[in-house]
Amino acid sequence: MTSPILHVRALRKNFGPTEVLRGIDLKIAPQELVFVIGPSGSGKSTLLRCCNRLEEPTSGAIHFDGVDLMARSTDINAMRRRIGMVFQSFNLYPHMTALGNVTLALRKVVGKSRAEADALGLAALDRVGLAAKAKSYPGELSGGQQQRVAIARALALEPAMMLFDEPTSALDPELVGSVLAVMRELKAAGMTMLVVSHEMRFARDAADRVIFMDHGLIVEESPPAQIFGAPQETRTQAFIAELTR
Amino acid sequence: MNAFLEAFFKPNLIAQYWPLILKGVLVTIEIAFAVVITGLLLGLLLAVIRSLQIKLLNALIVVFVDMFRALPPLVIVLIVYFGLPNIGISIPSFAVLWLVLSLVLAAFAEEIFWAGILSIPKGQWEAARSTGFGFLGTLAYIVLPQAVRLTVPPITNRTVAITKNTALGTVIGVPEILNQATTAQSFSGNATPLMMGALAYVILFIPVVALGRFLETRFAWRRS
Repeated sequence: MTSPILHVRALRKNFGPTEVLRGIDLKIAPQELVFVIGPSGSGKSTLLRCCNRLEEPTSGAIHFDGVDLMARSTDINAMRRRIGMVFQSFNLYPHMTALGNVTLALRKVVGKSRAEADALGLAALDRVGLAAKAKSYPGELSGGQQQRVAIARALALEPAMMLFDEPTSALDPELVGSVLAVMRELKAAGMTMLVVSHEMRFARDAADRVIFMDHGLIVEESPPAQIFGAPQETRTQAFIAELTR
Repeated sequence: MNAFLEAFFKPNLIAQYWPLILKGVLVTIEIAFAVVITGLLLGLLLAVIRSLQIKLLNALIVVFVDMFRALPPLVIVLIVYFGLPNIGISIPSFAVLWLVLSLVLAAFAEEIFWAGILSIPKGQWEAARSTGFGFLGTLAYIVLPQAVRLTVPPITNRTVAITKNTALGTVIGVPEILNQATTAQSFSGNATPLMMGALAYVILFIPVVALGRFLETRFAWRRS
């Protein structure tokens, strides 16, 4: 593997007495698309949320592009700009237009002028096919459109990597395709992605590597053809069998 | 009917006392404006401080808020105006009324703004933080704009209710509407000045209520 852009070592996370992550080691290479699957409660979303410290790890090390994310001297807000995140429930700002959502951080965090931010924001919206909806409020958009605006919001900051936390789980089935199409385009453009999702067909088509998690540990990781075709571990076999039943 | 008009709307008394009532209206407007501005700003500031979740400060805020919500404003006005001079602090009656009502409004406003801040879903914070906003940036650009909009109706109601308490100024001699009206009433022995005062309150506060309703629709956004 070329030197990883994200390197997680011995990551543990407890919620009170519950151990949600019990020692995760994970390397993600630039331009790689890594899928995380596993039963609910396996810790996959928590793992994802630890990667930009939205969830504070209990112990372990996380390096992003060589920078120690756990170090006190690290400006985590600055690092988060370089790690885009997309949520299950979109989390668009309801009081702002699509363009307002996409440009807010550009203006108020990066410090760009409104004109500059608008140009970048429109380009990001165009990339997800929603330039025409720039002036719409989230409440006026379908779930699929909202999620694509959320992706544009992250993309506008030109992140080096994107985290997707079940991006299609809250969508009606007919709207899933539009979001996956955007993710395919990102992959084709060389974006590094870590995706927690139940979209197994997408994983099979687009992922470079699939990680199966259970009870806070990585049980198995391999290319999609292998993990779906010939899983090695019994727990993986049971999970895959359950999915394809 | 004539007797009724004589008792409440005597024309020559209206003519005689309207300048006095008008003076009272101006004083009431001055105090009300000052109270609304300082009370709401202080309330918002306290709510923001509370969101920092510093235990000691939170405890102090809760004590302050609960006390000023529990005490009748009249009691506080009397204690401050008649009590503080005994320890060498004497504040002019106008300032006492402004200070007390500001604190009362701040106490209620803090609770309302705080509830508004709490009602903003965690996902909004997370989305903002994930794009590099710090705590205060998230509060300023994402959480407060939504929270404040949500709180416009209860804040308006509470603001109207508390600015009406400017009438309490009459007991410490602030020359506001009610003070002018009761003075005129005792000189004339007729309730006409009181009716004029009542009318002045209605004329003064109906636009405020209407403004609240306007803001409510103006700041509403289409919800998903």
